[in-house]
Amino acid sequence: MTDPLMPRRREVHPVPLWPDYKTSVPRSPSLPLLSMESTPSEETGPRFGHSLIGPHDNNLIVNFTQGAESAVGERIRVHGRVMDETGRGVPETLIEIWQANAGGRYRHVKDTYFAPLDPHFGGCGRTLTDGEGHYEFMTIKPGAYPWPNRANDWRPAHIHFSVFGHAFGQRLISQMYFEGDPLIDRCPIAATVRDRSQLDRLVAPLEMQQSRGMDYLAYRFDIVLRGRRQSVFENKPEGM
Amino acid sequence: MAQPLDTLVETPSQTAGPYVHIGCIPTFAGVEGVYPQDLGRSPIAKGAKGEVITITGAVLDGTGWPLRDAMLESWQADAAGVYPGQDGADPAVSGFCRFAADADSGAFTLRTVKPGATHGRNGLHFAPHISLWIVARGINIGLSTRIYFADEDNSTDALLARIEQRPRVETLLAQPTDPGAYRFDIRLQGPDETVFLDL
Repeated sequence: MTDPLMPRRREVHPVPLWPDYKTSVPRSPSLPLLSMESTPSEETGPRFGHSLIGPHDNNLIVNFTQGAESAVGERIRVHGRVMDETGRGVPETLIEIWQANAGGRYRHVKDTYFAPLDPHFGGCGRTLTDGEGHYEFMTIKPGAYPWPNRANDWRPAHIHFSVFGHAFGQRLISQMYFEGDPLIDRCPIAATVRDRSQLDRLVAPLEMQQSRGMDYLAYRFDIVLRGRRQSVFENKPEGM
Repeated sequence: MAQPLDTLVETPSQTAGPYVHIGCIPTFAGVEGVYPQDLGRSPIAKGAKGEVITITGAVLDGTGWPLRDAMLESWQADAAGVYPGQDGADPAVSGFCRFAADADSGAFTLRTVKPGATHGRNGLHFAPHISLWIVARGINIGLSTRIYFADEDNSTDALLARIEQRPRVETLLAQPTDPGAYRFDIRLQGPDETVFLDL
């Protein structure tokens, strides 16, 4: 029998409905969620092995051309650690990222922004954390871009993160922002996280000590997933 | 004052946005050549035990309009009710699938085996079900729900039993349409709003 997940602390997450983010208005549930203790469906989840990961997968600078050419843009290293709420590293879990190119354009059939595509940049990468939960990517800093919401809304530079953990109930998608970006405070999507101290946790600091001269700047982004409650009392009949 | 607690806080979610496909199912976005194939194309391999079923549906917003940018993930037990990774699980069932709403119609299709009933702590019983996780532009934190089956005995299911407004149970039941085929629509708002879960 698996251990139960710690209940999700909804107050640290974005509000589902935020009028300034217009699409959230018709797409947010109106009724309360049904809450109960996690069950095996949430406590188990898919696992992915090293055989999935190709040698260029975590290097977005070169993975679109399989190492033949480099993407245009400011070269950065994004690294950090995936932990759970108990502080333990989450080993060998899949992280996927996606982002716009240096001009703020996504390689997607639905993106029609007139900033040009970079012929050497795809915009996706993936990796498995190591035995202690550490990960790293090489990429280029994505550009800010305008988007159809209010008349003149711009997304701050950001990288989308998708993390699995070891349980389907730990599944998380979020976005990493960059320290010092003045567009963060003007972004209605960032503003869906109402607690400023929680939003700050999505802003990666520049880390010069992990940067490499004449090569790349480093940004640090740690990720915390839900933890599990562990108690010797767990598997006894209710109330005993 | 008291001792400080040393627990961490989960990273806040942000919307997956309209371009989630680039990162999760790049072929769907038109990004070819980075990975050999998209992850989670099927929850079953050849030889999976059990009844193969196809579930079709759409994710509808509060106006009834289908989302054309949604991405869904499913997770389930095998036909015997054993989750992949657990002892005795069917090796031909990965249990995990990723699928997108069609970019034009919004329709999605999940082809899998019907899972078996499962048990939780304290003897809780769960009727056959598939867990779903839905992300899209405008969804700020992924939505969790379950697909149950209208042609199964759901009377002792511990989750369905907790739904106070009994007609809302219907929102979690896939309806048979043809042999081996079911319909399951997800309504984000409105009078038939799907029951979303916080487990």
